[in-house]
Amino acid sequence: MSVAALKAVEVDYRGRGRALGPFSLTLSSGEIVALVGPSGCGKSTAMRLLAGLEAPSRGEVVRTPGRGETAVVFQAPTLAPWLSARANAALPLELAKVRREDAAKRAEAALARVGLAGSEDARPAQLSGGMAMRVSLARALVTEPRLLLLDEPFAALDEITRRSLADDVLKLWAASRPAIVFVTHNVEEAVYMASRVVVLTPGPGRIAGEVAVAGETPRPPGFRTTAAFRATAERVSELLAGAGAS
Amino acid sequence: MRRLIDKAAPLALAALLLAAWEIACRALHAPAYFLPPPSLVGGALVANLPTLAQAAGRTLAVALAALMIASLTAQLLAVVISLHPLLERAVRPLASVIQVTPVVAIAPLVLIWAGIDHPERAIVALAVLVAFFPIFSGAVTGLRAADPDLERLFDLYGASRWQRVTRLRLPSAVPFLLEGHKVGAGLAIIGAVVAEFGAGSGGVRGLAWQILDAGNKLQTDRMIAALAVLGAMGVAFHAALEAVERAGLRWWRGR
Repeated sequence: MSVAALKAVEVDYRGRGRALGPFSLTLSSGEIVALVGPSGCGKSTAMRLLAGLEAPSRGEVVRTPGRGETAVVFQAPTLAPWLSARANAALPLELAKVRREDAAKRAEAALARVGLAGSEDARPAQLSGGMAMRVSLARALVTEPRLLLLDEPFAALDEITRRSLADDVLKLWAASRPAIVFVTHNVEEAVYMASRVVVLTPGPGRIAGEVAVAGETPRPPGFRTTAAFRATAERVSELLAGAGAS
Repeated sequence: MRRLIDKAAPLALAALLLAAWEIACRALHAPAYFLPPPSLVGGALVANLPTLAQAAGRTLAVALAALMIASLTAQLLAVVISLHPLLERAVRPLASVIQVTPVVAIAPLVLIWAGIDHPERAIVALAVLVAFFPIFSGAVTGLRAADPDLERLFDLYGASRWQRVTRLRLPSAVPFLLEGHKVGAGLAIIGAVVAEFGAGSGGVRGLAWQILDAGNKLQTDRMIAALAVLGAMGVAFHAALEAVERAGLRWWRGR
């Protein structure tokens, strides 16, 4: 069953020309797809189309329109500095007019799922970068979305934090199995996270190729050192290099 | 030790200047109506302290009332025009025209409209006029300063216009509003004093009236004493506002 799809979409920006497309992508429910490509290839544009934040110039976007069915995590935590972690995580529910106490309770549960039980009253300024990103993740999960869009969510974090967050995202995925689109320009991260890696050409982005990733999710320890992982990462890198040369 | 010296330096300079003033007055035998020595001014200050304090209270009350009215109207107008770009384009130039017109020049007109029977209303109105703009432009800038990704998040979750204003734009504007209120409050005092001058010997006997009255009677020592009170009031008011701004920012940022 498909959760969302882009059908031959093209996006033109006035003054900048074509940013994306023609580009097609169908997301089955519960699958994790990584979009990999060089900077400026339109990865984030594809993300905004899937979120319904932008309309394509041509082509069609199919998505579930329900409130809270789609959630987005941006590159920065994008938290409101004047709100506590709890209130930040509860924001999507409060905007949907869920009762305040219920919203707070569900937000606390979401924070507990991302490992932030006990930090409910902290303000974003009091949290580390990784913790702030977890609050952002809790806010995305609080509505139990069927589609989770992650736009380079670990880009601003250090290596150790990004690895542990990657494992946590996969564990969270295993619990409720939303479809995930994961945008990154890091090949290893893409292969580690996704069951399917879609490689884009430099802008305007088109599909340069697609690589399926074998192996169980969440990843077993040492997955990064297996021969299969190395070979898959190598194939993605070759696709990227090939796309860049054309 | 270093900090103690830093703190003492301005006081030492003030003492030095006062001493030079006192010595110059005595040496040159300057007439007291022209330049009274600090000792005479001090005497006038002590003798007139109850009257001056009362006058300062009146001026401060006018400034605070003006600040309150300006704050409410400026924020309300800023929210209304933030909902509609066309309104903003229409209001902005008009607002700038009134802003760059000196309050002294508008004073006589406002005094005719509001002041013939109630000069105190005219004075509040003029102080409102000058306090309004820093708050208004702070609010307009602040309402547009929300994180664009947070705006996208509000789009994603289908927030209503009202939710967007109350839960995103107004809270995002808080640092700008604090700054605007600080500047606006300072201007409200200036506006109140200037308006009192404009009203002349009206019914409002604030600090400006004390200065005018002392000047008319050639009581130069009382005049300078009133000025000193005005200066002290300004410093205290400004310090209070700085403290409010700092506390507000600390609350907003959460640290």
